[in-house]
Amino acid sequence: MIPAPFDYLAPTTVEEALAALGQHGDDAKILAGGQSLLPVLRMRLNAPEVVIDLGKIHSLRGIRDDGDALVIGAMTQHSVVEHDPLVAEHATLISKAVEHLADHQIRHRGTFGGALAHADPAGDLGAPALALEAQFVIAGPAGTRTVAADDFFVDLFETAIGEDEILTEIRVPKHTGWGATYEKFVRVAHQWPIVAVAATVRVEGGTIAEARIGLTNMGSTPLRARAVEAALVGQPATEDAVRAAAAHAAEGTNPPSDLNGEAAYRAHLATVLVRRAVLSAAGTT
Amino acid sequence: MTRINLTVDGSKVSDDVEPRMLLVQYLREKLGKTGTVIGCDTSNCGACTVHLDGTSVKSCNVLAVQADGSEVTTIEGLAQDGELHQVQKSFRECHGLQCGFCTPGMIMQSVDLLKENPHPTEQEIRVGLEGNLCRCTGYHNIVKSVQHAAAQGGAQ
Repeated sequence: MIPAPFDYLAPTTVEEALAALGQHGDDAKILAGGQSLLPVLRMRLNAPEVVIDLGKIHSLRGIRDDGDALVIGAMTQHSVVEHDPLVAEHATLISKAVEHLADHQIRHRGTFGGALAHADPAGDLGAPALALEAQFVIAGPAGTRTVAADDFFVDLFETAIGEDEILTEIRVPKHTGWGATYEKFVRVAHQWPIVAVAATVRVEGGTIAEARIGLTNMGSTPLRARAVEAALVGQPATEDAVRAAAAHAAEGTNPPSDLNGEAAYRAHLATVLVRRAVLSAAGTT
Repeated sequence: MTRINLTVDGSKVSDDVEPRMLLVQYLREKLGKTGTVIGCDTSNCGACTVHLDGTSVKSCNVLAVQADGSEVTTIEGLAQDGELHQVQKSFRECHGLQCGFCTPGMIMQSVDLLKENPHPTEQEIRVGLEGNLCRCTGYHNIVKSVQHAAAQGGAQ
């Protein structure tokens, strides 16, 4: 399978890329690592006239420490994020999620920002980004703006990034010392999760002081399980307490029904995976 | 057409290609390197795995233009001076193949895996090869081949 013909641009700066986007507008598509876009183009689900490849913009790659936050360049490959010691220490939840994203070959090529901008509700990075309250830095013709994770995911494959804008970096507030687990339920290796749960908690003397939980594939966007978070605070990190809080996992969700499972099955799965993820993140299991 | 310059299996190549041309197509159709095969064509099976700047990628999921300026190693470039790479030797020794179609990708991914983790456990091998499918389901001997290669210092 071969994509429909397109013109190819490979700018070397964000400014050049924005200019190209401004010129071609609707007819253009941004190419990051291509691990989601190329299958789409090959299956002819989309046929842009122009593809703007960000691969040669070196300033979009890399991870840096910026005081209270880590800054992950949008074009940083998953495999780099996976092995980065800063991410492992300050945003453990992201390390845990990336480790299980797709497979080795795809992690070598796919990018952190590309996957988030693609906004597949079954993608593995949205839930951790929500749980860690990441900030999305978006460049456009009028300059840059920052969008909170809660406002970034708009709908199925739709984000707050405008048609003339590019996601340049993701700022992740440090969660140093927080326990973290990404529980992903799949039937076979290298598959999108049927449901997954990103949980990170701060435990003080056996009590859950703070909890943040993101849900993957429980609606048209990644979602926060706020009812569970509220129910966990002040509770002991025990099986019974966590089980009771996890019962709220599907509240406010709208899970899909497909060949892998009905919505009700996913709702049940969410409660089980939230319990496992929180217990593991709290170090109870 | 877009001009690309890259190094494939140690040789510098330069071509005008259509931007939509996939790297695997370029390798097979332009360079005649048919050792890299197309299995599923949907980036699932890993049969088309090659190394791009030293790490494994699925060449059906990379455009040839994205490889501009890069170094590509295919299964055909693995042997040095007529001597098979240790991972190739081990796949032969342990009969790590049945029909052989997934073999080029399995070997390229195994080489990458051993470079990252020279002494993997059986579980680490299975996880490391999760992006490669064997339609014959011959995984047992594939895992044994990687263990054999590791024991022989196959990371080199």
